[in-house]
Amino acid sequence: MTNVHVSLKNVTKQFQREGSGGVVHALGPLDLELRSGEFFAVVGPSGCGKSSLLEVIAGLSPPTQGEVLFEGKSIGGRVPDGIGVVFQEDASFPWLTVADNIVLGLRKIPISNEERQARVDRAIAMMGLKEFTNAYPAQLSGGMRQRVCIARTLVMAPRLILLDEPFGALDQQTRLLMGEEVLKLWRQTGATIFLITHALDEAAMLADRIGVMSARPGRLMDVIETGWPRERDSRVVESPAFGEITARLWKSLRAESIKAIGKADAAS
Amino acid sequence: MSTLRAWRGPVLMIVGLLSAWQALYWITGDIALRSPADTIRHSWALFQRPAMWPHIRETATAFSAAIVIAVTLGMSVGLTLGFSRLAGQVFEPMLVALYSVPKVTLYPILLLMFGLGISAKIAFGALHGFIPIALFTINAVRNVRPILIKTGRVLNYDTSDLVWRILIPAALPEIFSGIRIGLALTMIGTVLGEMFASQRGLGYLLMNAIGLHDVDLIMSITFVLIVFAAVVSSILLAIDRRLHRRV
Repeated sequence: MTNVHVSLKNVTKQFQREGSGGVVHALGPLDLELRSGEFFAVVGPSGCGKSSLLEVIAGLSPPTQGEVLFEGKSIGGRVPDGIGVVFQEDASFPWLTVADNIVLGLRKIPISNEERQARVDRAIAMMGLKEFTNAYPAQLSGGMRQRVCIARTLVMAPRLILLDEPFGALDQQTRLLMGEEVLKLWRQTGATIFLITHALDEAAMLADRIGVMSARPGRLMDVIETGWPRERDSRVVESPAFGEITARLWKSLRAESIKAIGKADAAS
Repeated sequence: MSTLRAWRGPVLMIVGLLSAWQALYWITGDIALRSPADTIRHSWALFQRPAMWPHIRETATAFSAAIVIAVTLGMSVGLTLGFSRLAGQVFEPMLVALYSVPKVTLYPILLLMFGLGISAKIAFGALHGFIPIALFTINAVRNVRPILIKTGRVLNYDTSDLVWRILIPAALPEIFSGIRIGLALTMIGTVLGEMFASQRGLGYLLMNAIGLHDVDLIMSITFVLIVFAAVVSSILLAIDRRLHRRV
């Protein structure tokens, strides 16, 4: 399980600032290797380019320099089969029922109708949405809608799941429970998970390894191994190691967060 | 129980309007108004007259054609301008300006362009309806949450998939609100068009009745038009609310 699943080599990302013609250096240069089947979390101050990093890995936006390899192949301008993405914002389609939303996740993967139905049923069961298959998203809570989006990703049997602050809009209790669900799903699918979060405790509780990013332009400053067993749940927060990990995360992040806030002040 | 409650509002409103009408009739007398009962009786009689039907058919045809044109044109223009930022920046102010022009001032030009027949009425009706539909559609397309488009890209949708499977369904509730308003304005435009330089249609009859001081006919035609508009609007409003409930 230690072979490399995703590798970023010397990746940078720059944006053309709208109107003024200036260039924003959002990311990198950055090197990163994700191992097959691991749970990797990224934390960093706000505006550090975490989401840009995720978009580059997903193939949603090409890196300005450097190369991203997924399963040994370079990622071009489209999202490769095998990669699923869940965003922070509610991305369920309000005009479709839960079941119809989930079917869309299969994209245009050529499979038989029975296989299609079986996969949808499995994803629905896995995310506990059985009673809501014919409901519309507006009838569901925020947490339930996020489950729909995760289920939509699961049906395509992704080998790499990218999560962009998927629980950012949820309340704390729901977040803890959703975290447990993600751990369960990670064990069941065997997929590699790449999670972006601003919540240090979330990263410390869920991940095998945590990458700490600097203020913009985002670089990896530190990678921390948590050493949790694969069979774990939210109760790891009770262990002394959990406190040490969050303390170490905050120690590396504090100065960077101050920098990021200072920049925001200067910009406004 | 719940259906009873849902109908209570409209029923109360209708009863209230009829009472106010009756009260007004008692005040003004026969010179300007007819009572609700008289008007309904006379409207009924009007429909029995064979001479009436060509006029109704004319108005119905003109209105249907105008609304089809207004919706098609309004949606196409709206989708284009909503989608392309440059086109939107150039043409949207023109649409807004055109919207605020009293359209009656353009009617002489339309008459010269389309002649004295049904085409001018259709053009005039469509002109009233298409602008709000276009403006609503522009806004609807712009207000589609970017995350939905992004999700489409994650699903590897191409441009036509993005338009047909995400943009239009996501914008539909707003577009429909535009169509609802456009429909009302198209009706105004069509009837207004019939009131000038026209030989047929309910608008023409109404204008004629005014000239002859035929209060019965004035009241009946107005009543029929109001009932038609109210029924169509209520149906569209119900659909509109259903669409919006999902968002």
